[in-house]
This record gives sequence, C-alpha cells and structure tokens, in this order.
Amino acid sequence: MPDLHEMKETILKYVINEYAEEDDDVTFDTPLISGGLVDSFSMVSLKRFLEVKYKISIPDDKATPEVFDNVNKIAALVKDYL
Amino acid sequence: MGYSNKTKKIYTDQLDAIAAAGLFKQERFIHSSQAADIEVEFPAGAETKKVINICANNYLGLSSHPDVIKAAHEGLDTRGYGMSSVRFICGTQDIHRELEAKMTAFLGTEDTILFPSCMDANAGVFEAILTQDDVIISDRLVHASLVDGIRLCSAMHDTFKHSNMEHLEEKLQLHADKRIKLVVNDGIYSMDGDMAKVNELVALCEKYDAMLLIDESHSSGFIGKTGRGTHEHHGMMGKIDIITTTFGKALGGASGGCVSGRKEIVQMCRQKARPYLFSNTIAPVVVAGVLKVLDILNESTERRDKLERNAAYWRKGLTEAGFILKEGDSPIVPVMLFNAKLAQDVSRDLFAEGVYAVGFFFPVVPNGQARIRTQISAGHEIHHLDKALDAFRKVGAKYGILGLSKQEIIDKYGQ
Ligand SMILES: Cc1ncc(COP(=O)(O)O)c(C=O)c1O
Repeated sequence: MPDLHEMKETILKYVINEYAEEDDDVTFDTPLISGGLVDSFSMVSLKRFLEVKYKISIPDDKATPEVFDNVNKIAALVKDYL
Repeated sequence: MGYSNKTKKIYTDQLDAIAAAGLFKQERFIHSSQAADIEVEFPAGAETKKVINICANNYLGLSSHPDVIKAAHEGLDTRGYGMSSVRFICGTQDIHRELEAKMTAFLGTEDTILFPSCMDANAGVFEAILTQDDVIISDRLVHASLVDGIRLCSAMHDTFKHSNMEHLEEKLQLHADKRIKLVVNDGIYSMDGDMAKVNELVALCEKYDAMLLIDESHSSGFIGKTGRGTHEHHGMMGKIDIITTTFGKALGGASGGCVSGRKEIVQMCRQKARPYLFSNTIAPVVVAGVLKVLDILNESTERRDKLERNAAYWRKGLTEAGFILKEGDSPIVPVMLFNAKLAQDVSRDLFAEGVYAVGFFFPVVPNGQARIRTQISAGHEIHHLDKALDAFRKVGAKYGILGLSKQEIIDKYGQ
C-alpha cells in the first residue's frame, strides 16, 4: 500500500503539471473544481490517471466534483479503493 | 406564449452583463462584395466608408474572383438553386461527388465526404467513428467546433498542452489500453497563426498506434509548396488519417466543409454522421464555385506564392515600425497589445484611418493577451499593405507604443 503522504505528493505534482498556470499556488487543500482550476471535463482524465497509476477502479458515481475538490480528498478516495 | 416578464428579464440581465463587460459583439455591414477594398457601414446608420480589409479569411483572394463567380453562375443555370433534400434521399448531384473526388486528390487522401460547413464536419465526425471504448486526446487550443464535436461523442476526452509533444506522449501512454486513440489538432491555430508540429504528431501517432485528425481550415489552399496544407508543408501527405476543412475561407469563402481521409472513416461518416444525414449539403451554386477554385489552384501556385510574399512584407513592415508580433510564418499576423481596451481603441482608430482590423481579447484569447489579428490575402496589392502600414504607424505613434517591449506596454496601459 503506498504511503498516504507520498500519494498526496504524487497527486499534487500531477495536478500542478496538468492544470496550474505558472503563478498558481496549489496545495493539498486548494479547491480544484469549485476554485475553477479543474473543470468538470478535465476531471475525467484526472480519474483516469488515478486508476492507471494506482491500479484501481473508481465507480463513476463515486467520482463526484465534491470528492475531487482537493488533493486531500482525492487521496482519501483513492485509499478507499486500494 | 409563456414569455413572461420574468423570463424576459433572465435574458435582458445577461445581455446587460455582456454589454457592461464591454463584450457585446456588433456586426459591421459591408455594402460591397468581399475583397481587399470594401465599403462598410459602421456604426449602423453611418455613411458607408471605403476601407482596406485585413481581417477576412479570404487568404487567396478568391471570394470574388471573376472566374469563380462565372462558374457559380453556370452552376446555378445547369444545376439549379436548391436541392430540397438531404444527401441520401435525393440531395446528391453529380457535382457533389465530383467535388468529393477533387478534394480527395487535392488533399492526397483516400476519400472525402462533404458537410454543410466545417463546423458540421467537426460536429459529426467523432460521434460517427468513436464509442465509449475510445479516447480523444486534443490540443488545448483546438477550435471551438472541434470541442463541441468531441463533447457530442461518448469517447473519453483528454487534452495536452498546446503543441507540447512530451505532454501528448504522456497522455498516449496513459491511455494505451483504449481501443482507439484519436489525436486532434488544428493545422494552423487561428488566434496565434502558429502551425501544428505535424511531423512529430505523425511519429508519435505511429509509435502509439493512434489516429491523427487535423483541422486544416486555416491552411487548405495555401500552406505547403502547392497549397495542400500543413501535411504538405511537413512532408506528411498520405499520413493524416482524418482531415477536416472548410470552403468558407481560402477556398472561395462561401460555405461548406468536409471530412477527408481513410476510406472506412469516410464511409462511417456517410452512414452515421448526423449533420450529413439530417441537414442539406452545400448548394449546387457553391459546389460549382469550389470546383472552379480547385481548378485555379491546380493550375498554378501563383496565388499562394503571392500570399507568402505579401505576408512576409507585412510582417517585416510591422516589425520595423516597432510592433510586437506573434512569431510564425502563416498569413495570420497577430499584433500584440496585451490590454483589451487598448486593442479596442487601436482597432477603432485604424478604422478611422481606413483600415478594417478587429481587436481580440478575453475570453477569445487569454487574459492579458489582447491583440489586433491581421490576416493577409493574395488579394492585397503592395499599395494596400503600404497604406495599412501607414495607418498602423500613425495609430501606434498616437498611443506611444512603437518600439516598446511587452512590459513597457503593460506598464503604460495595464494587463
Ligand atoms: C479551425 C476551424 N475549424 C472550423 C471552422 C468552421 O468552419 P465553417 O465556417 O465551415 O463552419 C472554423 C471557422 O471559424 C475554424 O477556424
């Protein structure tokens, strides 16, 4: 089982590389979707990244904008399906 | 009649908000045919004014070419005005099929299917060929019509950063297990005038067994040595699985579009693409005009060669005058002003000087990237370009921006 902190770092790194502009300051609890950084279309690819990276399957009805709204919550979700 | 005051207010509030943000779009009425010199009524009700048009997609100057007009007249006389039917009922004439064959030869593909517009081609193609087992990976700056088409289909959608091949490769690896992977790009990006890295795209798509779609709307007719498009420019003729393009820009500028590419893909579109099945295709008069356009382009590269010379002259003139341009070698030459109000003011003053060029600002381009997008045509003569350069110099001097750096313009006018 991956270490939770390491997992959060990995997810944060992906989110920054994927969505952030140079001057965005993104942390573990930055609101991603409600904050406008990630739109609901891009959520699909974020989910895909998590599934491939951690070899899990997240049911579509569990992948809600609320659960994907910051890195802390995303890591908690991934942990549930490991 | 359920149009109550409450409903009406929902719309007036939105319209007011658009106007308050300075984003209300207004049409300018042109009283002449499309050309380098046009007569414009602006604002509505004003006397018409003769201006030089440097914002049309009339790249080859064929929109009002006498031979094209003559061919269109003949088409009207021999094939009539309307079809009153979609293609597969009784809306297909011999000339529709002739145009499809000619486009196939022109683009160097296997087959072609016409659509009422390229917007329709892009709206129809994805849904016709992909399912939820597939993935579309698109450049983040592709045209709105591609974005809409992608949304209409059930395939997964992912994006890569503009022209960033490392990022695309990561995405191709991430989605390696999908049944079909389709990579989507514009050939020339219409806001910046830059070209897709078609050779690198082809190599990556071959490496990861992905299909490649390129929208050639701003390239067909003039990019590449004989004007076939960005695939010709990059030596990739025959390697693009799907090309979509329009007849509404360089190729006569009237209307219509097509999907051209692998035979089976085109056949799938003919069976399943909804804008093809449920909307009348291009009118005979327009088909006849486009056929003539292709004849003209097949006979000689004179027009695209002239366009290339004109665009180089224009770039050089603006650079020497001290403007900041977006790099590129297409006839789309964006003059960067960064501030939205400055872009609007410069556009207005250019119009007063007899030059019609439009300011673009957020949300059409990113915040702080406001610009005047100029588009050069083979229909321009050097005297047009010289007069337009004079106007740019005069207006640039008025605002004190000639020779300034990006930071200096921002310091003076704000982001
Ligand atoms: C890249 C691109 N694709 C498609 C279109 C739509 O073309 P049409 O006018 O044929 O619908 C445009 C026109 O703005 C375009 O710029």
